[in-house]
This record gives sequence, structure tokens and C-alpha cells, in this order.
Amino acid sequence: MASRREIRRRIRSIQNTAQITKAMQMVAASRMRRAQARVQAARPYAESITEIMADIAARPGAADHPLLTQRELRRIEIVAVGSDRGLAGAYVANLNREIARVMQRSPEPARVIAVGRRPRDFVLRTRATLVADYSGLGDHASIVDIRPVAEQAVEDYQSGEADLVYLVYTEFISTLRQQAQAVQLLPVLAPTENVVTGPWNYEPDNPGLVLQDLVPRYVEFSIYRGYLEAQASYHTAQMLAMSNATDNALEIVKDLTLEMNKARQAEITKEIAEISGGAEAIQATGT
Amino acid sequence: MAQITLEVVTPERTVLEQDVDIVVARGAEGDIGVLHGHEPLVTPLPIGELTYRVDGEERHLAIDGGFMQVRPDKVTVLADVAERSEEIDRERAEEARRRAEALLIEHKGTALEAQAAASLQKALLRLRVAERRRRHERPPQLER
Repeated sequence: MASRREIRRRIRSIQNTAQITKAMQMVAASRMRRAQARVQAARPYAESITEIMADIAARPGAADHPLLTQRELRRIEIVAVGSDRGLAGAYVANLNREIARVMQRSPEPARVIAVGRRPRDFVLRTRATLVADYSGLGDHASIVDIRPVAEQAVEDYQSGEADLVYLVYTEFISTLRQQAQAVQLLPVLAPTENVVTGPWNYEPDNPGLVLQDLVPRYVEFSIYRGYLEAQASYHTAQMLAMSNATDNALEIVKDLTLEMNKARQAEITKEIAEISGGAEAIQATGT
Repeated sequence: MAQITLEVVTPERTVLEQDVDIVVARGAEGDIGVLHGHEPLVTPLPIGELTYRVDGEERHLAIDGGFMQVRPDKVTVLADVAERSEEIDRERAEEARRRAEALLIEHKGTALEAQAAASLQKALLRLRVAERRRRHERPPQLER
């Protein structure tokens, strides 16, 4: 059994760890709330742009717009939105698995635009080409920071560098569930879920011209929304991971304390045995 | 007069949601005035000013481009960035204008020229909208 001093030192060290993980848990919790608030704040815009996109894509003449037409697939481009750091349980691994899954569907090595250090580092270990690295955007990136990502994706699609563009990110479903998933960005799939299409008139009365303005914004907003979801998911995953770490640390502290008390008890018992043994020996010689 | 709801949203926030008398926007094909009961319409908005009137008072927003979606009872403006005139910091807007002018001269004839021109346009718009507010703030003149 380890000495009491050694056990005490370990307890102190683990208590320190627990303090740190506890603090990280609190920070992650507050960041998670902020990220969720931003997802909420984006909702009215999301509803309107989805509605317009769905309506205009259904118009005659819109289907053969180059940004809406399916091409023969040679190469996939992936916009991979992840985190800069780990310490969030399976978050990074799950995202990487999803990225790899999409990569495999590309006949020629996929191209990747990485948003976040983790996805970037992952892509560098694969056969895929890393075409751009937007790591270090941090927590507070605005849509303006996301714009170049979208511009590049649209440009690569238009120039034929890629025939299919996917957004891979982690969707925030609930505090207990975050799902890494891939969503097709280009060619644009007309949204079909809960949309109300209206009898809109367009000005200019040419779906192609309106699409020219709308599609880049739609792509940009999709990436931005993915980024917000990814943020919310990351902080949630980190909060849970840190909460588990804190629980584990406290559990170990409990075990070690028990061990230390046992060691102390054993020591006392040993001392008593020695004393009474000694006393008996004295008594035996005295008589 | 029946009012129409004006909602101005950006990806980051809802800038404005209010019942107004009239909305005037610079559309792709000239100015569009929207009153209650307007036919459904979707139109792109270039960088420009959005004007609306409440209780006879005109108010202004700077819009960095986007879309306007009109329903008979509601106008939704999807803007990349939108600022109310009272939110605009005049000094910062002035500084942005100077920076944009310098950039425009620097990148004259290069690929970045269009981008510099766009940021100058945005800076000028901001200043113009901020200027509008100053006029509102001026105390009413005495009638002689």
C-alpha cells in the first residue's frame, strides 16, 4: 500500500484537476447558451430565405440554372466546419468520421475547405486536397467572416473544380445529442421541408437573375448556420465531457481518501499491536 | 390608413419589427413604395437606403444589399447587414469612408477595385443615413 503522504499528494493533484474541469464545464455551459441564442436569432432570416429559395426553385426556368443543375460527379468539395480545439469527448472523432465518409464518395480525391483547426489537421492526414484553411475563427465569427468560405465554394463549383459541394458539420439536436452530418450545398437542392410557397411576383421578372443574387446568399447563410450549430454542439459536447471528467475526478478522490483512511487505520492497528506485544513481553519477563 | 408590418432581419439579428404606414426601398428596377395590400413580390435590394414612415415621421435604415419579400400585410427585408440610423456611429462611418477612398485609389485598375468601390459605397450610405438622423434631432425651428 502506498504511503499516506503519497496518497495525500495524489488526492491534492486530482482535486486540482477536478477544479479545472469544473471551471471548463461552466465556461462551456455559458458559451453553449450564447451559441444557442445565436441559432435562435438566425431563425427569422432562415425562414424567409428558405421560403424564397423553395419558391423560386420551383419556377419554370429555374431548374436549368447552372447552380441548380446536377452534373456528372468527378470530384466532391467539402466545407468541413469543426472546432479549433478538442476536449469535447467524441465530438471531433464523430465529425472526422463523417468527413471521411463523404470523401469516399468522391471518385477523384476530394477537395476540402476547413473551418477549424481540428478538421484541417484531419484532412492533412488524408489523400484529400486542403484548398483553404479558415481555422481560428473562434466563437464570435459573424456572417462577414463566413462570406469568403461561401464565395470560394460557389466559385469552385462554377469553375468545375468540384461537381458537388457538401457542408459537413455537427447538428445540435439536444443537449444530449449532437449529430455529425453532411448537407448538400451545391447544386442547390430546393428546400422541401415545411415550406409555404406563395404566389410571388419577381422583379426583375426573371428567376435566373434573382437566383444569381440569391444562391450565393443562400449558400453563405447555410454555412453560417452550420457554423452556429457546430459551435453550439461543440460547447455542449465539451460541457458534458468536462462534467464527466469532474465526476470521475471526484470519484477517484473518494476512493483515494478511503484508501488513505485505511492506511492510517492499518498503521494505528500495527502500532497498538506492537505496544501491546511489547507490554506483554515486559510482563512475561517481569514475573 | 391600414398599416403594414415591416420586419428587417439579418442572419445575426432581427433589426426591426414594427407596423408602419409605408416602406420605400431602392429595388433592382427603381424605387418601390409598399403600402398595405401590396401584391406579393420578391426583389433583390442593392446597397441602399430603406425608408419607412410611422405617424408621419420618416425613418431610415442602411441596407448592405439583400432581398425584400412583400406580402399584403407584411414586408420582410432580408439584409446582409442593416443598421438603423441611430445605431450608426458617425465618426466611425467617416473613418471607414476615408479608408475606403484610400483603398480605392490604391487598387485603381486592379482586381480589387470593385471591392474597394463597394466598401466606399457602403461607407457613403452609412454617412448619408446617419446624416438623416442629425436632421431629425435638430430642434424645431420657430415659425416667424
